[in-house]
Formats: sequence, C-alpha cells, structure tokens
Amino acid sequence: MVASESYIETFVELIRRASTELPEDVVAAIEEGREAENEGLASIALGTILNNIEVARSNSAPICQDTGTPVVWIHYPSGVSTRGLRADFETAVREATARKYLRPNAVDTLTGSNTGDGSGRGIPFLHFEEWDEPRIEVRMILKGGGSENVGTQYKLPDGKLGAGRDLEGVRRSVLDAVVAAQGMGCAPGVLGVCIGGDRVSAFEESKRQLLRPLKDTSPEPELAELEERLLREGNELGIGPMGFGGKTTLLAVKIGFLDRLPACYFVTISYMCWADRKAAVSIAEGGGVTWLS
Amino acid sequence: MAELKLPVSEETIRGLEVGDFVELSGRMITGRDAAHTWLMQDFREEVAPFMKDSVIYHCGPVVAENDDGSYDFVAAGPTTSIREEPYQADVIGRYGLRGVIGKGGMGAKTLAGLGEHGAVYLHAVGGAAQVLARAIPRVERVFMLEEFGVPEAMWVIEVERFPVMVTMDSHGGSLHDEVKEHSQAKLRELLGFAV
Repeated sequence: MVASESYIETFVELIRRASTELPEDVVAAIEEGREAENEGLASIALGTILNNIEVARSNSAPICQDTGTPVVWIHYPSGVSTRGLRADFETAVREATARKYLRPNAVDTLTGSNTGDGSGRGIPFLHFEEWDEPRIEVRMILKGGGSENVGTQYKLPDGKLGAGRDLEGVRRSVLDAVVAAQGMGCAPGVLGVCIGGDRVSAFEESKRQLLRPLKDTSPEPELAELEERLLREGNELGIGPMGFGGKTTLLAVKIGFLDRLPACYFVTISYMCWADRKAAVSIAEGGGVTWLS
Repeated sequence: MAELKLPVSEETIRGLEVGDFVELSGRMITGRDAAHTWLMQDFREEVAPFMKDSVIYHCGPVVAENDDGSYDFVAAGPTTSIREEPYQADVIGRYGLRGVIGKGGMGAKTLAGLGEHGAVYLHAVGGAAQVLARAIPRVERVFMLEEFGVPEAMWVIEVERFPVMVTMDSHGGSLHDEVKEHSQAKLRELLGFAV
C-alpha cells in the first residue's frame, strides 16, 4: 500500500473541494429555482447564493462559514488499517482548518471551549466498511449546524398527524418536518430520509442518502414515486429560499430504508442546506487518485 | 435599494418595513451564543460603545490572522438567530441596539422588543459567506477571543454595502410569521385536515 502521508494530502484536497466547490447538479438545481422565482426577496436570495457559489469556487474559499461536521464513509480493501485511515483523516481535518478550508468547528461540550483545530470527540465522524475491491473509496459530506438543528425523527403511528405505519404516514411526517424547519435549515434544502432502522442506524442512513446525485431515481418504484411527490408538495408549501416565501423550498428528497424491530417505525429526516457540500475520491492500490462526482 | 449608515437613528429605523432591502455601511459587532449569555450576565462596558445605535451580527466567521497581528474575515455568513430568542430583546434594550442581523428570524419576545426599543431584524442570506465577507473590508478589534474562540468572539467590523432584508420591523411586522402561517395552512390542506 501507499505511504500514509499521501492519504493526508488527498484528504485535505477532498475537504477543500467539498468546502469550496458545490457539485454541478446542486448548482443546476439552484439555477432552476431562480428561474422559477420571478421577483422579490426569494429571487434576490437565490441570486446572492449563485454569486456566492461562484466567488467561493474561484477563490478556493469556504462557501459557508459554518464548514460543518465532516461525515465520511470509507470503503477499503482487506489489509488496510482503519486506525491508520482515521489518524490520517483527523490530521487532514486539522491541516484543512489551519489552511482555512474549515472553521475550527469542534467545541468541548463540558468546558465550552473550542478545541481550536477542527477535530474533537466524535469529529470528524468516520464510517468504515470493508469491500472486495482493491481500492479505497472515500465519500464525505460537510454537514452544517443550522441544518443539523432542523433534522428530526418521527415515531409512528402519530395520531396528531394522522400518520400510520405506511408510506402515507412517511409522507405526512416529512411534510410536517419541512414546515417545522421553515427557512432555518437554509432553504432550499435537500432531504435525506430513512424509513425504519433504530435511533442509531436511522440517522446515519438518512445522511447516507444525501450522497445520492440530486436527479437520480430510487431503485424502489414506490420510493421513487414518494420522492417525486414530496419534492412537488414540499415546494407547494410556499416557504421559499431562506423562508422568505416562494416556490423553491426543496431541491431534492432522497429516501432509503432499513429493516426495523416489530415495535418500532421511525421516520428520520436529515436536512441539508442549499450548500449541499460533498466530495468523493477513489485511491487505487498503487496510490493513484481519481476524483469522483 | 437604500444604503443605511451606521450608527443609525431610531427615527430612520422606525421608517423601515418588512420587505425592504437595504445595504449597511459603517461599524457593527458580531455576537452569538456565548456572547448573548455574557452580555446579559452583567453590563459589559467594554463592548457597549460598539453596540449603541448600531447592530449586532449573529455570525461565527472564519478568520485569518495577518503577520502584523490584524485580522481578515475569510468567510462570514449569518448563523441561526432563534437560539438568542431568550436574550435578544433584553440585549437590544440594555445596549441600545438598532438592529440584529442573522438568519431564520426570531420570535414573539424579540418582535415586541423591536417595537419597544425601535429596532429591526435584518436577514442576511444564509450560507452566502463569501459575498458577505467581501462586504466586510476591515476587522477593527476583537473581544473575548481567548474565552469564546474564533466563531463566538465579538468582532468589531467595518462593513461596506452589506446586503440585508428587513424581515421583522418595529411595527409588529414579521415575514417569518406570515410565511409560517401560510405554510401551516397549506400543510393542513395537503394532509386533508379541515382548513
């Protein structure tokens, strides 16, 4: 395998890309939104957002000052040390913080003091999964705090919403969550939803859904249909960019599912702000680096 | 769009209404979670002159320190304001603020405080950290940097044509209340509940 210092530089570049360059499909979705908004604050907000995306990219500077928590999924071949990958990634986070691609974003919860270097207990958050391929694949999102605060979990049935343990119940929960979030998650947002699972696995799966391209289609026909319907109905709510009112409240809805205990039926929603920051890289056996979209 | 110079008079602020788009120029101060608690524990004389007739910006910036010890804002968009709801109206009254900049809007207590003291809530575009950092040409000084860390310190900054929308005014108007009511009604319709 390649020497570990070359991972550090690759991971720093992964972070730089995620923090400063928004994926093309996200930019295209925001542009579509601006075309839909005719005038007023919604249109001004989306114009400012598009301008901001361009300035960030051309200056290699953070799109948003809340550079979020790096949430990372790493697939690796047998024989690679996950302890080594973790150490490299944490070093990369500290280096990216020193280079101002990240804000020092880890606060000691007991003392209230900022760790100062971007890393801390549970930050970055890394998931490892061994696979049969000889290469390492790293996929990361940067998840900001404002949108994280509007993420939520429903336990069905929910009498108040008239939500039973079925896809109609999921629909009612998701729409309720969008209304509760208003503009506070920095709308227009992307929803990652997990149906089922438990209170540990469901939030992770809901975030993993955020890795999907915005225009892809769920392989499950009934989920594909629900995603499309929720995107349409979410945008009928009139919350609009930043909650200023308007037609562009959501950019995409992505729904996955896990099996569940007989007693539990959770609907778990992670809200990603318009600054839908993500990046991915493949590292070949010989160390060759390929940037993935 | 109107340009609004800081410090600003109560009369000018009372002339603003929900839906106005204004650009701020002059001196303001940042402050968020730790700052609001601290501002209410005691009257903080050292920062008070930077707040009187100016605005507080809910912002946790990315900051670069230059070789000469001065600072530059690298990225500086607004943070969610509602966390300061328990403190904001009192902070406005105690320090004579004329406005608050943030995102997401604030609640009933702040709205009442805006009317009582003559102040407005100004919404900056969330996440637009580069566009907004470019409207902050100078960082004058910083308070509580050691204690609060970079994002939570109180930074005294100079802004030039800093773009904001009035979403809560001193006449009881709140765009956030309007949008919330409208979207809740639409939700009831989509869920088949009696409207």
